[in-house]
Amino acid sequence: MSWNDKRIETWVGAMLQTGVLLAATIVLAGGILYLTQNRGPRADYGHFHGEPQQLTTLSGVMHGVEHFDARCIIMLGLLVLMATPVARVGMCVVGFLFERDKLYVLVSSVVLVILLYSLFFHK
Amino acid sequence: MNELWFAIILCLSSMGAGLLGALSGLGGGVVIVPLLTIAFHVDIHYAIGASLVSVIATSSGAAAAYVREGFSNIRVGMFLEIATTLGALVGAWLTTKVPTEAIGVVFGMVLLYSAYASVTSRHEEITEKPDPLALRLRLTGDLPTGDGEQHYVAQRVPAGFGLMGLAGALSGLLGIGSGAVKVIAMDQAMRLPFKVSTTTSNFMIGVTAAASAGLYWRSGYMAPSLVLPVMLGVLGGSMIGSRLLVKAHVRTLKLVFALVIVALGVEMIVHSLTGK
Repeated sequence: MSWNDKRIETWVGAMLQTGVLLAATIVLAGGILYLTQNRGPRADYGHFHGEPQQLTTLSGVMHGVEHFDARCIIMLGLLVLMATPVARVGMCVVGFLFERDKLYVLVSSVVLVILLYSLFFHK
Repeated sequence: MNELWFAIILCLSSMGAGLLGALSGLGGGVVIVPLLTIAFHVDIHYAIGASLVSVIATSSGAAAAYVREGFSNIRVGMFLEIATTLGALVGAWLTTKVPTEAIGVVFGMVLLYSAYASVTSRHEEITEKPDPLALRLRLTGDLPTGDGEQHYVAQRVPAGFGLMGLAGALSGLLGIGSGAVKVIAMDQAMRLPFKVSTTTSNFMIGVTAAASAGLYWRSGYMAPSLVLPVMLGVLGGSMIGSRLLVKAHVRTLKLVFALVIVALGVEMIVHSLTGK
């Protein structure tokens, strides 16, 4: 089978579904752990106060996961989910490379750079 | 209300939102923010963070089904994602600068517009001369129809690109998929076949939402314990919804959902203006 757009899309569609299932499983596991640990009155979401730094950096989240911190495990699941569209664009870059479509290798690389900038470099 | 009951009620409500969103084709995201702010008194920033995550989940979750149909156009989607992701960065940046009341009013107006757009009929396809820019960018495709494949070429590329920037900004500012604006850009401005517009839009929604989700995460707008029930609920609801879709009476559903959205839109505007 030669490389064409349809093949890229099928490949990407399967990856996205797997990613979402994986993310949902991690979030659910973290959620069960969270609800067994926190039976008290619910947290206050009526006023914005920002989440602690442990939850807003990749190293903070990973550190928490190592210590079975429920909120960090949920956050890891959310990060896996946020990574699925990024992986999708990355796979398109590779797919267009196989198709030898230089213009669209460039177009999808631009989108990939914007996404990575938003996730890791912007503050 | 303790943490467990709050999670259960929120999960069930989100499931309802996801179900309605899938059945009406507007997506669950558009009702999550009003639901959280009006019914659960959650701060709008946390609500937007939770909504963005559910938007990514439904978009990525439905992708495989859309690919099977064979209508989406990967090149059109990728090219326009340059506009939506840049727009999303601007929108997410604006959220931190604009007062909460203003976000509420803009949100209400977008809700009213989405309701209007979902019930009015779409344009008739008009064939114009192929746009040279579209040809150079290879924004073309073949739509599988009953009698063979129908070839199409995108029209008015700059107008579509500009509208996509706006769609991205709204997505970043309000935490919605802004599927309604994306479909307008492709269907109305670029004159792409309707099925191509809706399925390509679904693909783009996840990438657009991811561009602003990163900023929301880093700014501390994502509360794991709040996002947990919302994301699982919306995902479950939209999966049930897409299975029911074949049997449902779409026209009536759209009308009912449009009325719900109008009510939420008015409520958002009044709520923001009176400051209650």
